[in-house]
Amino acid sequence: MPPGWGGTLLVGLLHSIEIAIGATCLGLLIGTGGAFGKLYGGPVTRDLLAVYTTVVRAVPELVLILLLYYAGTDLINQLLSAMGYQRIDISGLAAGIFVLGVVQGAYSTEVIRGAILSIPQGQIEAARAYGMPPLLMLRRITVPAMLPFAIPGLANLWLIATKDTALLAVVGFFELTLATRQAAGVTKAYLLFFVAAGALYLALTLFSNLIIGRVEARSRRGMPSVKEAR
Amino acid sequence: MPAEATAINMAARASLWLKPHRIVLILIALALVLCAAFFMRWDWLPQYWEMGLLGIWRALWILVVTCALGFTLAVPLGLAQAGGPFWFAVPAKVFCTIIRGTPLLLQLWLLYYGLGSLFPQYPWIRESWMWTYLRQAWPYAVVALTLSFAGYEGEVMRGAFAGVPKGQLEAARAFGMSRFKIFRRIWLPQAFYRALPTLTGETVLQLKSTPLVATISVIDIFAVSSKVRQDTYLTYEPLLLLALIYMTITGILVLIFSRIEARIPVKIG
Amino acid sequence: MKTVLKTFAAALLFGVAAMGVAKADQVKIGVAAEPYPPFTSPDATGKWVGWEIDFIDAVCAEEKLDCVITPVAWDGIIPALTTKKIDLIVSSMSITDERKKTIDFSDKYYNTLPAIIGPKDQKFGATPDDLKGKVLGVQVSTTHAVYAKKHFSGAQEIKEYQTQDEANQDLAAGRIDAVQADSIALVEYLKSDQGKACCDLKGMVAPDDEVLGPGIGAGVRKEDTALKEKINAGIKAIRASGKYDEITKKYFDFDIYGG
Repeated sequence: MPPGWGGTLLVGLLHSIEIAIGATCLGLLIGTGGAFGKLYGGPVTRDLLAVYTTVVRAVPELVLILLLYYAGTDLINQLLSAMGYQRIDISGLAAGIFVLGVVQGAYSTEVIRGAILSIPQGQIEAARAYGMPPLLMLRRITVPAMLPFAIPGLANLWLIATKDTALLAVVGFFELTLATRQAAGVTKAYLLFFVAAGALYLALTLFSNLIIGRVEARSRRGMPSVKEAR
Repeated sequence: MPAEATAINMAARASLWLKPHRIVLILIALALVLCAAFFMRWDWLPQYWEMGLLGIWRALWILVVTCALGFTLAVPLGLAQAGGPFWFAVPAKVFCTIIRGTPLLLQLWLLYYGLGSLFPQYPWIRESWMWTYLRQAWPYAVVALTLSFAGYEGEVMRGAFAGVPKGQLEAARAFGMSRFKIFRRIWLPQAFYRALPTLTGETVLQLKSTPLVATISVIDIFAVSSKVRQDTYLTYEPLLLLALIYMTITGILVLIFSRIEARIPVKIG
Repeated sequence: MKTVLKTFAAALLFGVAAMGVAKADQVKIGVAAEPYPPFTSPDATGKWVGWEIDFIDAVCAEEKLDCVITPVAWDGIIPALTTKKIDLIVSSMSITDERKKTIDFSDKYYNTLPAIIGPKDQKFGATPDDLKGKVLGVQVSTTHAVYAKKHFSGAQEIKEYQTQDEANQDLAAGRIDAVQADSIALVEYLKSDQGKACCDLKGMVAPDDEVLGPGIGAGVRKEDTALKEKINAGIKAIRASGKYDEITKKYFDFDIYGG
């Protein structure tokens, strides 16, 4: 490998992971709120959430990122200067996490909603019959019971998030795909760097699969094994 | 009388759907569209609309062809992982992991600029009939998108095949059905019904993946919008129009799939 | 779940802390994050080098501007300019009337003729007759794309690529017969290992000022006339002082300013 570029690629990978973790966490938060809103909210909340999930899932991420980041920060700055404050510079990292988090939130809303619907209704009714307050019920019953159903879908979303970070190059953020393109463009060793980047992504996937498998097994403890049930 | 009754019924359903807050939402959407139409620059439209239509057509046929081919491939991939012997299951698993674990853009580039640039070195390929296709970009786009769809959907089909209750298959065997017949009449349809809800999402994701083909010189609607942006240096107008087009296509896809879903017998499993 | 929430809260705090108040006196020079040697390209440490970098450094020094190079991917470079994330784009942008409706340009700072390259084993020139029946590659939305459509209508196909790199790759792979682009970029490509092995220069195309325009200029916001005047004055000054030629000599053995 031509000197120096290997390190650049690794820095890009680290940045990708950083953004993906932030975006997934924000997405989970939005997704949990969104799922509960869709299931138990009033008609207005439900319709607004439907608009959010439909629009975000229908429009390509690049378009969303350009619109949210540039139009969004422009709006914030115009508001700030109208109120007499100074313009602020929103860092690529914060904006990237926010924008990808909003996108991830739409997808995880649907995943978590589906998972909550898969919980046997009797369990929730039983909790209610015991007079559990809603928050305790969420913590002790709904979340633990839905996790096994939600994890495969959320795992997919995490893998998508690590790859979607490539889109953040348009907001001036440096990550693995941009690093690959720069390295390949400067050295002209295209095949080498594409394969190297592919291997890095794959390593990240395999590592994630390992962790997710552990988490999934733990969340399923006490449940009948899928294999034995068949 | 029946005609009148249906009319009343429809009016009642419409009034049920058109709640006050929905009317407000629709009005806000209309106001936004009107604002965009009046306050933004659309003078470039006449020059590009023909190219845009061609781009929509390209995106659509690539979507339909790759989804159909990809799903056909996903069935054996899912079957091998769910019930096949390990020498089928392991390669299928490896394939799905690699496809899902690397970005589609890299797969596309490896196929087109990597593998595709090896072919011309062999004179017998250059002189054969294959070269007319191999020198163009769209076959690579179709192959890459098909494999990608097969990889993601293969994983879904694995779960779907595994989710069909064993009792059903045993009952079919007890009836003396042949293995192929069990697969065709019991296992595949039930797995398909289970996979259908995710199929809508995967198809929409595939629609959003088609823009990547622009990087190997296939001009779809996304590339047309990029061209407008580069020609005029406008940012928001071409993007908003593009978003509208994608939302329309997605809306139609969701409608088609919900029609198919509505035909499925409700009680499965 | 708790640890997840804690991590998230930490990430959020970190993100908010990363927002700062923008410095008013700095001039942020936007360059495309995709390399375009020998004009703008990063080295392995992330430092930007090239003719355009040296050029804008000289202009900034001349006009006593505090300039910082800010790479942004090409797709986001125009909104970055209009929303004041950057103040000036120095990224080999051709000045055209259509683009002038949206942003403003400085005076041209270089202008070179387009050339055509092709495979070594084929002999042809750069006239419309030579390109009849050939597949020609150009970069999308460049003046070259417009030129090729106007003058090489006899070509079998004119293929548009998102980047120049992709067109060059396809030429090396033998999928297209010729590439039209800026002569400097092409000469640079022919110096690379791949370019040396596959292709050579077929010739310069006939000039057509109407299509090719005045040349390459720096992009500024329309309302930012003060910066535009300063950049224009700076270009004039380094042209007069000989600094411009000095920088050019470092990279090229001919004049790139054009007539």
